[in-house]
Amino acid sequence: MDLFELFTFAVFFLTLVGIYGILALGLNVQWGMTGLFNIGIAGFFAIGAYTSAILTTPGSGVHVGGFGLPMAAGLAAGVILSGVIALLIGLITLKLREDYLAIATIGIAEIIRLVLKNEEWLTNGVRGIAGIPRPFAGWFDDPTGVTNLLVVALAIVLVYAALERGRQSPWGRVMRAIREREVAVMAAGKDIVRFRLESFVLGSAIMGLGGGLYAHFFGFVSPEAFDPMYTTFLIWVMLIAGGSGNNRGALLGALAIWTIWAGTEYLTNRFAPPEFLTRAATVRMLLVGLLLEVILLIRPQGLLPESHFVARADGRRRNGTGGSSKAPPEDA
Amino acid sequence: MLLEISQLTVYGIVLGSIIALGAIGLSLLYGILRFAHFAHGDVMTVGAYLALAGVAGLGLPMWAAFGLALAGGIALAVLIDQALYRRLRRTAPVILLIASVGVALILRSLVQLVWGPDTQVYTQELQMPMRVLDIRLKPSQLQILIGTGVLVVLLHLFLTRTRTGKAMRAMADNPDLARVVGIDTEQVVIWTWVIGAGLAVAAGIFLGMDTRLQPTMGWHILLPVFAATILGGIGKPYGAIIGGMVVGVASELSTMIFPPVYKPAVAFALMVAMLLVRPTGLFGTPR
Amino acid sequence: MSLLALTGIRGGYGGADILNGVDLHVESGEIVVIVGPNGAGKSTAMKAVFGLVDVREGSLVFDGVDITRYRSDRLARLGISYVPQEKNVFASMTVHENLEMGAFIRRDDFTAQLERVYDLFPPLKEKRNTRTGALSGGQRQMVAMGRALMLEPKLLLLDEPTAGLSPAFTDLIFEKIVEINAAGVSILMVEQNAKQALGFAHRGYVLVLGANRFGDTGANLLANREVAEMFLGG
Repeated sequence: MDLFELFTFAVFFLTLVGIYGILALGLNVQWGMTGLFNIGIAGFFAIGAYTSAILTTPGSGVHVGGFGLPMAAGLAAGVILSGVIALLIGLITLKLREDYLAIATIGIAEIIRLVLKNEEWLTNGVRGIAGIPRPFAGWFDDPTGVTNLLVVALAIVLVYAALERGRQSPWGRVMRAIREREVAVMAAGKDIVRFRLESFVLGSAIMGLGGGLYAHFFGFVSPEAFDPMYTTFLIWVMLIAGGSGNNRGALLGALAIWTIWAGTEYLTNRFAPPEFLTRAATVRMLLVGLLLEVILLIRPQGLLPESHFVARADGRRRNGTGGSSKAPPEDA
Repeated sequence: MLLEISQLTVYGIVLGSIIALGAIGLSLLYGILRFAHFAHGDVMTVGAYLALAGVAGLGLPMWAAFGLALAGGIALAVLIDQALYRRLRRTAPVILLIASVGVALILRSLVQLVWGPDTQVYTQELQMPMRVLDIRLKPSQLQILIGTGVLVVLLHLFLTRTRTGKAMRAMADNPDLARVVGIDTEQVVIWTWVIGAGLAVAAGIFLGMDTRLQPTMGWHILLPVFAATILGGIGKPYGAIIGGMVVGVASELSTMIFPPVYKPAVAFALMVAMLLVRPTGLFGTPR
Repeated sequence: MSLLALTGIRGGYGGADILNGVDLHVESGEIVVIVGPNGAGKSTAMKAVFGLVDVREGSLVFDGVDITRYRSDRLARLGISYVPQEKNVFASMTVHENLEMGAFIRRDDFTAQLERVYDLFPPLKEKRNTRTGALSGGQRQMVAMGRALMLEPKLLLLDEPTAGLSPAFTDLIFEKIVEINAAGVSILMVEQNAKQALGFAHRGYVLVLGANRFGDTGANLLANREVAEMFLGG
């Protein structure tokens, strides 16, 4: 592989790391900072991607389009729509226990998936939408795709900076207190549901941004690309591996897990006999699943732990008298 | 019109039976182990495919394959609990949730590796639907209804007549008091997995009989199963049966208005409605 | 040797200590009452006996056995039965099933004890197949106590047995407690109705802020003016 190819590959790789990093940052706002368990990441990812795709491509005979909006508008619309849908879901479910929220987010992702596949007038169904313009397309030639990388990198910098500011602000401190379930937060009269809602909406909006960037990077979206089982799960593993509660951890996790994922893809493409290639992806997914379990057993706080999270990972039981902190009992 | 409603209702009861079997197990696991077992759908998948292995691979009759799948599925579930979930019992409940999502993916991947991603069926024979009072019913659907009935009766006997069954109900009702009374919680946990996984395996096989087998079959029915569990009230196995029927019938009836692909959305809507109005479910005790 | 002896107990639920050096003992055949203001740690002291609280320091000895680190199910086997203040029945199960659960760890035939419990609490016999959650507060309390008696315990721990009950039921429960004691069961109980309880108890302890304040016979405590002023009210 010559230098040019290598460079192009690195750009491609890093752009994807960046996009997943943005998704992980979004999840970190929800899970790491506020303890909300969102298993519907793929849904918001898809909303961001499809919204931008629909707004920036010409329609076909089958599906709507032709709005001819620039990428920035498409991205913005994706972000806003993700946020709005998150708001609606959140209003309904955030008063409930966190496991109910988890189930609800699966439901949403599933419904979005069904809509993407079946509402052809909107999304062109399984055929997907192609021809999504690259950033600054037509302005200049870009054989290596480096403009994408720069746009994504810029997005990361902005999002990361904003989140770090937010984390250190009073708003961020309240979020952390809510996550640790400090009764004092409630006693101080803070409206917990409102904060959780804000966190949920913000995180989902960021995921929508990731989706939009993805659409303009690949130039093509289809329902398969947003398969919840892969996308959602990978982002979760990224965040847990990198270290929840921690924006740097989110980005590091994205890099680490994507490296493993892409690396194993390269290895299997290179060395595995062709008849095994279709199975290879499944094997890799299996291994990622096992990796997650190993991480949860051995180091649930991830690579870059935030001190709070350690306390939570081996935390006390929520109900029941005298839980895990008792002296080791004698066995009968 | 009335005929269509009746027909769909019957289909709904068949679907509801499958969902109910899944929901009973999920409800017990939720009530006793206090976590939402997101891998439950994929246990159903594993069960269905183990039966397939029995029928297609070993040439067993269906009932024998059923038994094989039960044994295998239960053993697998207990193994996963002892190897993984047990070590995470003292952590935050959401960690268990994440772990079970991982297990779901692992199980699904294993199934896909062994049996491939294409859809399969238990038998290539075409079934002639019977006609009962103008309502069509495939023989396999009748088997599902009877099978579910038998399993529910067995479950009822287990829960009300055996020492372990009562201990399970006690633990689902009041885990602290159960401990006070001297119930061995770890033993009850294992039995819960036996019952829960066993019913899930049955549900998976029935689902395969009623539709087809493919690696994501369990995951796609997980949402309706959760909906049924929540409708019935967590930890309430009998509520789960009712919840399953409601979700099943509602999903089928909804096809009169919506395209059939949106059946899961109907289940979801029911679940959300219940969470808003009465989060503890139809039979749950309001806390 | 006392049936039950707590010595220098310090502990809590894993955070700050709630019990700051509690000493108390129960002799075989006694009714001993723990009274005191809210937050004094009365329930916590009882839970400490039953293995539900982190005991950092001190010892618990029952019938000559050091039970300081014992888990609840082991204590049940030794002959201690505990009735918590709240959520003390299996609400979704029938009265009869609740009593059966009380005898869960017994491997012998317990029908005789079952009959004795029904004789002690006749209303339960009538309602043996009713869901316990559907019963009144007083009847539920009877179920809770009956369940504990199924073990034929040597020591019965009662945490505020009359909480939330009408005066009529309170009197009834107290009557039953005396009856149970007369049959040979030692009783340690926490009570809010201090005045009434000290009236029939053999001895009592007054706990304040997780430590002993007074300890004497029931009669003496009732006669003690300081105790009367601080805790017995009207």
